[in-house]
Amino acid sequence: MVLKENMIVIEGLTKDFDSFRAVDNISFNVKKGEVLGFLGPNGAGKSTTMKMLTGYLPISSGTASVCGNDVTRYPLETKARIGYLPEGAPLYGDMTTIGLLNFIAEVRGLSNADKRDKVNLSIKKLQLESVMNQPIETLSKGFKRRVGFAQAILHDPDVLVLDEPTDGLDPNQKYQVRELIKDMALDKAIIISTHILEEVEAVCSRAVIISAGRIVFDDTPETLKAKSTSGSLDEVFRKLTHK
Amino acid sequence: MNNCLAIIKRELAAYFSTPLAYVFIVIFLALSGALTFFMGAFFERGQADLNSFFSFHPWLYLFLIPAISMRLWAEERKTGTVELLLTMPVSIWVLVVGKFLAAWTFIAIALGLTFPLWLTVNYLGDPDNGVIVASYLGSFVMAGSYLAIGSCISATTRNQVIAFILTAVLCFLFLMSGVELVQSFFQGWAPSFLTEALASMSFLTHFNTIVRGVIDLRDIVFFSSIIGVFLYINTAVIQLTRGS
Repeated sequence: MVLKENMIVIEGLTKDFDSFRAVDNISFNVKKGEVLGFLGPNGAGKSTTMKMLTGYLPISSGTASVCGNDVTRYPLETKARIGYLPEGAPLYGDMTTIGLLNFIAEVRGLSNADKRDKVNLSIKKLQLESVMNQPIETLSKGFKRRVGFAQAILHDPDVLVLDEPTDGLDPNQKYQVRELIKDMALDKAIIISTHILEEVEAVCSRAVIISAGRIVFDDTPETLKAKSTSGSLDEVFRKLTHK
Repeated sequence: MNNCLAIIKRELAAYFSTPLAYVFIVIFLALSGALTFFMGAFFERGQADLNSFFSFHPWLYLFLIPAISMRLWAEERKTGTVELLLTMPVSIWVLVVGKFLAAWTFIAIALGLTFPLWLTVNYLGDPDNGVIVASYLGSFVMAGSYLAIGSCISATTRNQVIAFILTAVLCFLFLMSGVELVQSFFQGWAPSFLTEALASMSFLTHFNTIVRGVIDLRDIVFFSSIIGVFLYINTAVIQLTRGS
Protein backbone atom coordinates (compact mmCIF):
# COMPACT_ATOMS: atom_id res chain seq x y z
CA MET A 1 0.00 0.00 0.00
CA VAL A 2 1.24 3.42 -0.89
CA LEU A 3 1.58 5.75 2.02
CA LYS A 4 -0.55 8.81 1.49
CA GLU A 5 1.53 11.96 1.72
CA ASN A 6 0.80 14.81 4.08
CA MET A 7 -0.49 17.72 2.02
CA ILE A 8 -0.92 20.12 4.92
CA VAL A 9 1.46 20.14 7.86
CA ILE A 10 0.80 22.54 10.71
CA GLU A 11 3.22 22.64 13.63
CA GLY A 12 2.95 24.76 16.75
CA LEU A 13 0.94 27.37 14.88
CA THR A 14 0.25 30.43 17.03
CA LYS A 15 -1.33 33.81 16.36
CA ASP A 16 -1.21 36.77 18.70
CA PHE A 17 -3.28 39.90 18.21
CA ASP A 18 -1.66 42.46 20.50
CA SER A 19 -2.07 40.78 23.88
CA PHE A 20 -4.76 38.34 22.79
CA ARG A 21 -3.73 34.83 21.72
CA ALA A 22 -6.25 33.75 19.07
CA VAL A 23 -4.55 30.50 18.08
CA ASP A 24 -2.39 28.71 20.61
CA ASN A 25 0.19 26.16 19.54
CA ILE A 26 -1.91 24.11 17.13
CA SER A 27 -0.48 21.10 15.30
CA PHE A 28 -2.11 18.72 12.84
CA ASN A 29 -1.57 17.17 9.40
CA VAL A 30 -3.96 16.52 6.57
CA LYS A 31 -3.29 13.76 4.06
CA LYS A 32 -4.43 13.41 0.51
CA GLY A 33 -7.96 12.00 0.43
CA GLU A 34 -8.80 13.30 3.86
CA VAL A 35 -11.61 15.72 4.63
CA LEU A 36 -10.90 17.43 7.90
CA GLY A 37 -13.80 19.03 9.72
CA PHE A 38 -12.56 21.99 11.70
CA LEU A 39 -14.99 22.61 14.52
CA GLY A 40 -15.31 25.04 17.35
CA PRO A 41 -17.52 27.73 18.79
CA ASN A 42 -17.45 31.20 17.23
CA GLY A 43 -14.21 32.98 18.02
CA ALA A 44 -12.32 29.77 18.77
CA GLY A 45 -9.71 30.52 16.09
CA LYS A 46 -10.93 28.47 13.13
CA SER A 47 -10.89 31.30 10.61
CA THR A 48 -7.64 32.68 11.98
CA THR A 49 -5.94 29.30 11.46
CA MET A 50 -7.27 29.10 7.90
CA LYS A 51 -6.15 32.64 7.16
CA MET A 52 -2.63 31.81 8.27
CA LEU A 53 -2.60 28.63 6.21
CA THR A 54 -3.70 30.49 3.07
CA GLY A 55 -1.13 33.23 3.59
CA TYR A 56 -3.58 36.02 4.31
CA LEU A 57 -2.51 36.51 7.93
CA PRO A 58 1.12 36.57 9.01
CA ILE A 59 2.04 33.75 11.41
CA SER A 60 3.19 34.76 14.92
CA SER A 61 5.08 31.54 15.62
CA GLY A 62 5.13 27.94 14.46
CA THR A 63 4.99 26.77 10.85
CA ALA A 64 2.46 25.79 8.25
CA SER A 65 3.34 24.07 5.01
CA VAL A 66 1.38 23.07 1.94
CA CYS A 67 2.61 20.32 -0.38
CA GLY A 68 6.01 20.45 1.29
CA ASN A 69 6.49 24.22 0.98
CA ASP A 70 6.47 26.58 3.94
CA VAL A 71 3.69 29.16 3.47
CA THR A 72 5.76 32.05 4.82
CA ARG A 73 8.91 31.30 2.83
CA TYR A 74 7.20 30.34 -0.42
CA PRO A 75 3.94 32.31 -0.43
CA LEU A 76 3.39 32.30 -4.19
CA GLU A 77 4.12 28.58 -4.64
CA THR A 78 1.80 27.56 -1.81
CA LYS A 79 -0.98 29.96 -2.79
CA ALA A 80 -0.94 28.43 -6.27
CA ARG A 81 -1.67 24.99 -4.76
CA ILE A 82 -4.51 26.15 -2.51
CA GLY A 83 -8.14 26.83 -3.36
CA TYR A 84 -9.65 29.07 -0.72
CA LEU A 85 -13.21 30.05 0.07
CA PRO A 86 -12.96 32.85 2.66
CA GLU A 87 -15.62 33.28 5.34
CA GLY A 88 -18.71 34.96 3.87
CA ALA A 89 -17.39 34.35 0.33
CA PRO A 90 -16.34 37.93 -0.50
CA LEU A 91 -16.59 38.59 -4.26
CA TYR A 92 -16.49 41.58 -6.59
CA GLY A 93 -20.16 42.52 -6.79
CA ASP A 94 -19.81 44.58 -9.95
CA MET A 95 -18.50 41.63 -11.97
CA THR A 96 -20.56 38.96 -13.65
CA THR A 97 -20.13 35.32 -12.66
CA ILE A 98 -18.22 34.49 -15.82
CA GLY A 99 -16.25 37.72 -15.58
CA LEU A 100 -15.10 36.91 -12.06
CA LEU A 101 -14.15 33.33 -12.90
CA ASN A 102 -12.19 34.50 -15.94
CA PHE A 103 -10.45 37.11 -13.80
CA ILE A 104 -9.45 34.52 -11.19
CA ALA A 105 -8.19 32.19 -13.92
CA GLU A 106 -6.08 34.99 -15.40
CA VAL A 107 -4.68 36.10 -12.06
CA ARG A 108 -3.76 32.47 -11.38
CA GLY A 109 -1.88 32.52 -14.65
CA LEU A 110 -3.82 29.85 -16.58
CA SER A 111 -3.22 29.79 -20.32
CA ASN A 112 -6.11 30.81 -22.58
CA ALA A 113 -7.23 27.33 -23.63
CA ASP A 114 -6.81 25.96 -20.14
CA LYS A 115 -8.73 28.93 -18.79
CA ARG A 116 -11.78 28.29 -20.94
CA ASP A 117 -11.91 24.58 -20.06
CA LYS A 118 -11.48 25.09 -16.35
CA VAL A 119 -13.94 27.97 -16.11
CA ASN A 120 -16.53 25.93 -17.99
CA LEU A 121 -15.90 22.90 -15.83
CA SER A 122 -16.37 24.76 -12.57
CA ILE A 123 -19.49 26.48 -13.89
CA LYS A 124 -20.85 23.05 -14.72
CA LYS A 125 -19.88 21.53 -11.38
CA LEU A 126 -21.69 24.23 -9.45
CA GLN A 127 -24.57 24.61 -11.91
CA LEU A 128 -24.02 28.29 -12.50
CA GLU A 129 -25.07 28.28 -16.17
CA SER A 130 -28.23 30.27 -15.49
CA VAL A 131 -26.43 33.17 -13.79
CA MET A 132 -23.32 33.29 -15.94
CA ASN A 133 -23.89 36.81 -17.22
CA GLN A 134 -25.52 38.25 -14.13
CA PRO A 135 -23.68 40.74 -11.89
CA ILE A 136 -22.75 38.96 -8.65
CA GLU A 137 -24.33 41.64 -6.43
CA THR A 138 -27.74 40.73 -7.87
CA LEU A 139 -27.41 37.02 -7.01
CA SER A 140 -29.05 35.25 -4.08
CA LYS A 141 -26.93 34.21 -1.12
CA GLY A 142 -26.87 30.60 -2.26
CA PHE A 143 -25.63 31.50 -5.73
CA LYS A 144 -23.02 33.86 -4.31
CA ARG A 145 -21.67 31.08 -2.13
CA ARG A 146 -21.56 28.76 -5.12
CA VAL A 147 -19.66 31.34 -7.19
CA GLY A 148 -17.19 31.58 -4.30
CA PHE A 149 -16.91 27.81 -4.35
CA ALA A 150 -16.44 27.75 -8.13
CA GLN A 151 -13.65 30.30 -7.76
CA ALA A 152 -11.91 28.11 -5.16
CA ILE A 153 -11.91 24.87 -7.20
CA LEU A 154 -11.27 26.57 -10.54
CA HIS A 155 -7.58 25.69 -10.87
CA ASP A 156 -8.06 22.13 -9.58
CA PRO A 157 -5.95 22.75 -6.44
CA ASP A 158 -4.32 20.01 -4.35
CA VAL A 159 -5.52 21.62 -1.16
CA LEU A 160 -8.96 23.09 -0.51
CA VAL A 161 -9.59 25.39 2.42
CA LEU A 162 -13.28 26.13 2.88
CA ASP A 163 -14.40 28.49 5.62
CA GLU A 164 -18.05 27.70 6.42
CA PRO A 165 -18.94 26.62 2.87
CA THR A 166 -22.57 25.80 3.63
CA ASP A 167 -23.35 28.79 5.85
CA GLY A 168 -26.55 30.44 4.69
CA LEU A 169 -27.53 27.74 2.21
CA ASP A 170 -30.89 25.98 2.20
CA PRO A 171 -30.97 22.20 2.88
CA ASN A 172 -30.93 21.30 -0.83
CA GLN A 173 -27.97 23.51 -1.54
CA LYS A 174 -26.17 22.17 1.53
CA TYR A 175 -26.68 18.67 0.22
CA GLN A 176 -25.28 19.65 -3.20
CA VAL A 177 -22.20 21.27 -1.74
CA ARG A 178 -21.54 18.26 0.49
CA GLU A 179 -21.83 15.89 -2.47
CA LEU A 180 -19.37 18.06 -4.34
CA ILE A 181 -16.93 17.98 -1.46
CA LYS A 182 -17.19 14.18 -1.29
CA ASP A 183 -16.56 13.94 -5.03
CA MET A 184 -13.43 16.01 -4.80
CA ALA A 185 -12.11 14.37 -1.66
CA LEU A 186 -10.33 11.50 -3.42
CA ASP A 187 -7.37 13.37 -4.82
CA LYS A 188 -7.26 16.40 -2.56
CA ALA A 189 -6.69 17.36 1.03
CA ILE A 190 -9.67 19.36 2.26
CA ILE A 191 -10.23 21.43 5.39
CA ILE A 192 -13.76 22.61 6.15
CA SER A 193 -14.59 24.83 9.05
CA THR A 194 -18.09 24.65 10.37
CA HIS A 195 -20.13 24.83 13.50
CA ILE A 196 -22.79 22.55 12.08
CA LEU A 197 -22.13 19.17 13.62
CA GLU A 198 -24.23 17.13 11.23
CA GLU A 199 -21.91 18.31 8.48
CA VAL A 200 -18.99 16.57 10.10
CA GLU A 201 -20.84 13.28 10.11
CA ALA A 202 -21.94 13.81 6.53
CA VAL A 203 -18.64 14.61 4.82
CA CYS A 204 -15.64 14.51 7.11
CA SER A 205 -13.24 11.64 7.62
CA ARG A 206 -11.73 13.37 10.60
CA ALA A 207 -12.81 15.97 13.14
CA VAL A 208 -10.65 18.51 14.92
CA ILE A 209 -12.32 20.59 17.61
CA ILE A 210 -10.69 23.74 18.86
CA SER A 211 -11.72 25.89 21.74
CA ALA A 212 -10.11 29.17 22.79
CA GLY A 213 -7.32 28.60 20.30
CA ARG A 214 -6.36 25.09 21.42
CA ILE A 215 -7.11 21.64 20.02
CA VAL A 216 -9.38 19.72 22.39
CA PHE A 217 -10.23 16.79 20.11
CA ASP A 218 -8.62 15.19 17.05
CA ASP A 219 -10.02 11.88 15.81
CA THR A 220 -12.72 10.39 13.59
CA PRO A 221 -16.34 11.60 13.82
CA GLU A 222 -17.31 8.09 15.02
CA THR A 223 -15.00 8.30 18.02
CA LEU A 224 -16.42 11.70 18.78
CA LYS A 225 -19.90 10.27 18.76
CA ALA A 226 -18.88 7.35 20.94
CA LYS A 227 -17.76 9.75 23.64
CA SER A 228 -21.31 10.82 24.16
CA THR A 229 -23.65 9.03 26.49
CA SER A 230 -26.76 9.94 24.52
CA GLY A 231 -25.19 9.53 21.09
CA SER A 232 -25.55 13.19 20.16
CA LEU A 233 -22.64 15.20 18.86
CA ASP A 234 -24.04 18.38 20.37
CA GLU A 235 -23.58 17.06 23.84
CA VAL A 236 -19.91 16.11 23.33
CA PHE A 237 -19.27 19.40 21.61
CA ARG A 238 -20.65 21.32 24.57
CA LYS A 239 -18.65 19.27 27.02
CA LEU A 240 -15.40 19.73 25.10
CA THR A 241 -15.70 23.43 24.41
CA HIS A 242 -17.32 24.57 27.61
CA LYS A 243 -15.06 26.49 29.95
CA MET B 1 3.30 40.10 -16.04
CA ASN B 2 0.11 38.40 -17.23
CA ASN B 3 -1.48 38.54 -13.81
CA CYS B 4 -0.61 42.24 -13.56
CA LEU B 5 -2.49 42.69 -16.84
CA ALA B 6 -5.47 40.83 -15.41
CA ILE B 7 -5.51 43.22 -12.44
CA ILE B 8 -5.32 46.27 -14.70
CA LYS B 9 -8.16 44.94 -16.87
CA ARG B 10 -10.41 44.26 -13.90
CA GLU B 11 -9.76 47.61 -12.26
CA LEU B 12 -10.40 49.55 -15.45
CA ALA B 13 -13.61 47.61 -16.01
CA ALA B 14 -14.62 48.39 -12.42
CA TYR B 15 -14.29 52.12 -13.15
CA PHE B 16 -16.51 51.89 -16.18
CA SER B 17 -19.04 49.51 -14.62
CA THR B 18 -20.70 52.46 -12.89
CA PRO B 19 -21.74 55.81 -14.39
CA LEU B 20 -19.20 57.41 -12.05
CA ALA B 21 -16.39 57.12 -14.58
CA TYR B 22 -18.37 58.96 -17.24
CA VAL B 23 -19.48 61.60 -14.75
CA PHE B 24 -15.88 62.07 -13.75
CA ILE B 25 -14.69 62.50 -17.32
CA VAL B 26 -17.48 64.97 -18.10
CA ILE B 27 -16.71 67.01 -14.99
CA PHE B 28 -13.01 66.99 -15.77
CA LEU B 29 -13.57 68.12 -19.36
CA ALA B 30 -16.17 70.74 -18.46
CA LEU B 31 -14.13 72.19 -15.63
CA SER B 32 -10.84 72.24 -17.50
CA GLY B 33 -12.60 73.86 -20.47
CA ALA B 34 -14.40 76.46 -18.37
CA LEU B 35 -11.27 77.32 -16.41
CA THR B 36 -9.25 77.70 -19.59
CA PHE B 37 -11.68 80.01 -21.35
CA PHE B 38 -13.09 82.06 -18.45
CA MET B 39 -10.59 82.10 -15.62
CA GLY B 40 -7.59 81.58 -17.85
CA ALA B 41 -8.74 84.13 -20.46
CA PHE B 42 -7.64 81.91 -23.33
CA PHE B 43 -8.87 84.29 -26.05
CA GLU B 44 -8.09 87.58 -24.37
CA ARG B 45 -4.46 86.66 -23.83
CA GLY B 46 -3.99 86.41 -27.55
CA GLN B 47 -1.22 83.85 -27.13
CA ALA B 48 -0.99 80.66 -29.15
CA ASP B 49 -0.28 78.35 -26.23
CA LEU B 50 -2.13 76.22 -23.69
CA ASN B 51 -0.75 77.83 -20.54
CA SER B 52 -4.19 78.90 -19.44
CA PHE B 53 -5.26 75.25 -19.74
CA PHE B 54 -2.37 73.56 -17.94
CA SER B 55 -1.96 76.12 -15.15
CA PHE B 56 -5.20 74.90 -13.56
CA HIS B 57 -4.29 71.21 -13.57
CA PRO B 58 -2.59 71.13 -10.16
CA TRP B 59 -5.78 72.54 -8.63
CA LEU B 60 -8.19 70.39 -10.63
CA TYR B 61 -6.28 67.25 -9.69
CA LEU B 62 -6.41 68.25 -6.06
CA PHE B 63 -9.99 67.07 -5.73
CA LEU B 64 -10.50 64.95 -8.84
CA ILE B 65 -7.61 62.51 -8.31
CA PRO B 66 -8.54 61.66 -4.69
CA ALA B 67 -11.99 60.81 -6.04
CA ILE B 68 -10.39 58.24 -8.34
CA SER B 69 -7.87 56.84 -5.89
CA MET B 70 -10.08 56.62 -2.81
CA ARG B 71 -11.71 53.33 -3.79
CA LEU B 72 -8.56 51.50 -4.90
CA TRP B 73 -7.91 49.68 -1.60
CA ALA B 74 -10.49 51.06 0.83
CA GLU B 75 -13.32 49.39 -1.09
CA GLU B 76 -11.52 46.03 -1.14
CA ARG B 77 -10.97 46.24 2.58
CA LYS B 78 -14.57 47.18 3.25
CA THR B 79 -16.11 44.39 1.16
CA GLY B 80 -13.51 41.82 2.24
CA THR B 81 -12.39 41.04 -1.32
CA VAL B 82 -8.88 42.01 -0.27
CA GLU B 83 -8.73 38.53 1.30
CA LEU B 84 -9.52 36.96 -2.06
CA LEU B 85 -6.91 39.11 -3.76
CA LEU B 86 -4.15 38.55 -1.20
CA THR B 87 -4.57 34.76 -1.29
CA MET B 88 -3.96 34.66 -5.03
CA PRO B 89 -0.47 33.58 -6.13
CA VAL B 90 0.54 37.16 -6.93
CA SER B 91 2.95 39.35 -4.98
CA ILE B 92 1.55 42.44 -3.27
CA TRP B 93 3.84 44.67 -5.30
CA VAL B 94 2.23 43.42 -8.53
CA LEU B 95 -1.24 44.12 -7.12
CA VAL B 96 -0.24 47.64 -6.07
CA VAL B 97 1.33 48.43 -9.43
CA GLY B 98 -1.59 46.89 -11.34
CA LYS B 99 -4.17 48.95 -9.51
CA PHE B 100 -2.08 52.09 -9.86
CA LEU B 101 -1.60 51.57 -13.60
CA ALA B 102 -5.33 51.02 -14.10
CA ALA B 103 -6.20 54.30 -12.38
CA TRP B 104 -3.41 56.08 -14.24
CA THR B 105 -4.73 54.73 -17.55
CA PHE B 106 -8.13 56.09 -16.62
CA ILE B 107 -6.60 59.54 -16.07
CA ALA B 108 -4.73 59.24 -19.36
CA ILE B 109 -8.07 58.67 -21.09
CA ALA B 110 -9.58 61.76 -19.44
CA LEU B 111 -6.51 63.84 -20.23
CA GLY B 112 -6.43 62.54 -23.80
CA LEU B 113 -10.01 63.64 -24.35
CA THR B 114 -8.95 67.27 -23.95
CA PHE B 115 -7.39 67.05 -27.43
CA PRO B 116 -9.96 69.47 -28.97
CA LEU B 117 -8.21 72.27 -27.08
CA TRP B 118 -4.96 71.35 -28.71
CA LEU B 119 -6.68 71.29 -32.12
CA THR B 120 -8.26 74.67 -31.38
CA VAL B 121 -5.01 76.37 -30.52
CA ASN B 122 -3.40 74.94 -33.66
CA TYR B 123 -6.31 76.15 -35.76
CA LEU B 124 -6.18 79.66 -34.30
CA GLY B 125 -2.47 80.17 -34.28
CA ASP B 126 0.93 78.66 -34.52
CA PRO B 127 1.80 77.28 -31.06
CA ASP B 128 4.98 75.54 -30.02
CA ASN B 129 3.72 71.95 -30.07
CA GLY B 130 6.85 70.74 -28.35
CA VAL B 131 5.91 72.74 -25.27
CA ILE B 132 2.37 71.39 -25.41
CA VAL B 133 3.56 67.79 -25.58
CA ALA B 134 5.92 68.47 -22.67
CA SER B 135 3.08 70.02 -20.70
CA TYR B 136 0.83 67.02 -21.31
CA LEU B 137 3.62 64.75 -20.16
CA GLY B 138 4.22 66.91 -17.11
CA SER B 139 0.54 66.97 -16.27
CA PHE B 140 0.38 63.18 -16.64
CA VAL B 141 3.32 62.43 -14.35
CA MET B 142 2.03 64.94 -11.81
CA ALA B 143 -1.35 63.19 -11.88
CA GLY B 144 0.56 59.94 -11.29
CA SER B 145 2.15 61.44 -8.18
CA TYR B 146 -1.21 62.52 -6.78
CA LEU B 147 -2.51 59.07 -7.58
CA ALA B 148 0.33 57.21 -5.87
CA ILE B 149 -0.27 59.27 -2.74
CA GLY B 150 -4.00 58.53 -2.99
CA SER B 151 -3.51 54.81 -3.50
CA CYS B 152 -1.22 54.68 -0.47
CA ILE B 153 -3.73 56.54 1.72
CA SER B 154 -6.56 54.37 0.44
CA ALA B 155 -4.73 51.30 1.74
CA THR B 156 -4.71 52.68 5.29
CA THR B 157 -8.48 52.80 5.74
CA ARG B 158 -11.70 51.05 4.81
CA ASN B 159 -13.58 54.35 4.64
CA GLN B 160 -13.49 55.97 1.20
CA VAL B 161 -14.49 59.42 2.51
CA ILE B 162 -11.55 59.46 4.90
CA ALA B 163 -9.28 58.33 2.08
CA PHE B 164 -10.55 61.18 -0.11
CA ILE B 165 -10.04 63.89 2.50
CA LEU B 166 -6.62 62.72 3.71
CA THR B 167 -5.39 62.40 0.14
CA ALA B 168 -6.59 65.91 -0.73
CA VAL B 169 -4.87 67.31 2.36
CA LEU B 170 -1.57 65.54 1.72
CA CYS B 171 -1.58 66.50 -1.96
CA PHE B 172 -2.33 70.09 -0.96
CA LEU B 173 0.73 70.12 1.29
CA PHE B 174 2.93 68.79 -1.52
CA LEU B 175 1.43 71.29 -3.90
CA MET B 176 1.84 74.33 -1.67
CA SER B 177 5.20 73.62 -0.06
CA GLY B 178 7.03 75.89 -2.52
CA VAL B 179 4.62 78.79 -2.35
CA GLU B 180 5.68 82.07 -0.71
CA LEU B 181 2.90 81.81 1.88
CA VAL B 182 4.15 78.50 3.24
CA GLN B 183 7.80 79.38 2.80
CA SER B 184 7.56 82.62 4.75
CA PHE B 185 6.04 80.71 7.62
CA PHE B 186 9.22 78.64 7.91
CA GLN B 187 11.82 81.21 6.87
CA GLY B 188 11.79 83.05 10.18
CA TRP B 189 13.08 80.18 12.29
CA ALA B 190 13.81 77.08 10.24
CA PRO B 191 17.33 76.52 8.89
CA SER B 192 17.65 77.34 5.21
CA PHE B 193 18.39 73.76 4.13
CA LEU B 194 14.98 72.77 5.51
CA THR B 195 13.07 75.51 3.71
CA GLU B 196 14.97 74.70 0.52
CA ALA B 197 14.24 71.00 0.88
CA LEU B 198 10.61 71.84 1.40
CA ALA B 199 10.54 74.08 -1.64
CA SER B 200 12.16 71.39 -3.75
CA MET B 201 9.33 69.00 -2.84
CA SER B 202 6.71 71.31 -4.31
CA PHE B 203 4.61 69.86 -7.11
CA LEU B 204 3.82 73.38 -8.29
CA THR B 205 7.45 74.40 -8.76
CA HIS B 206 8.30 71.26 -10.73
CA PHE B 207 5.14 71.39 -12.80
CA ASN B 208 5.58 75.06 -13.70
CA THR B 209 9.08 74.38 -15.02
CA ILE B 210 7.74 71.67 -17.32
CA VAL B 211 4.82 73.81 -18.52
CA ARG B 212 7.20 76.63 -19.42
CA GLY B 213 8.62 74.16 -21.90
CA VAL B 214 11.80 73.34 -20.05
CA ILE B 215 11.91 69.58 -19.88
CA ASP B 216 14.43 69.15 -17.15
CA LEU B 217 15.18 65.53 -16.39
CA ARG B 218 15.16 66.44 -12.69
CA ASP B 219 11.48 67.33 -12.75
CA ILE B 220 10.53 64.04 -14.40
CA VAL B 221 12.78 62.17 -11.99
CA PHE B 222 11.16 64.05 -9.12
CA PHE B 223 7.63 62.99 -10.04
CA SER B 224 8.75 59.44 -10.85
CA SER B 225 10.43 59.15 -7.46
CA ILE B 226 7.30 60.39 -5.71
CA ILE B 227 5.34 57.66 -7.52
CA GLY B 228 7.94 55.02 -6.69
CA VAL B 229 8.24 55.99 -3.03
CA PHE B 230 4.50 56.12 -2.40
CA LEU B 231 3.81 52.84 -4.18
CA TYR B 232 6.56 51.28 -2.09
CA ILE B 233 4.93 52.62 1.09
CA ASN B 234 1.59 51.40 -0.26
CA THR B 235 2.97 47.85 -0.52
CA ALA B 236 4.34 48.05 3.01
CA VAL B 237 1.01 49.34 4.35
CA ILE B 238 -0.85 46.40 2.82
CA GLN B 239 1.75 43.97 4.11
CA LEU B 240 1.32 45.39 7.62
CA THR B 241 -2.45 45.81 7.70
CA ARG B 242 -3.47 42.55 6.02
CA GLY B 243 -5.91 40.62 8.09
CA SER B 244 -6.87 43.52 10.33
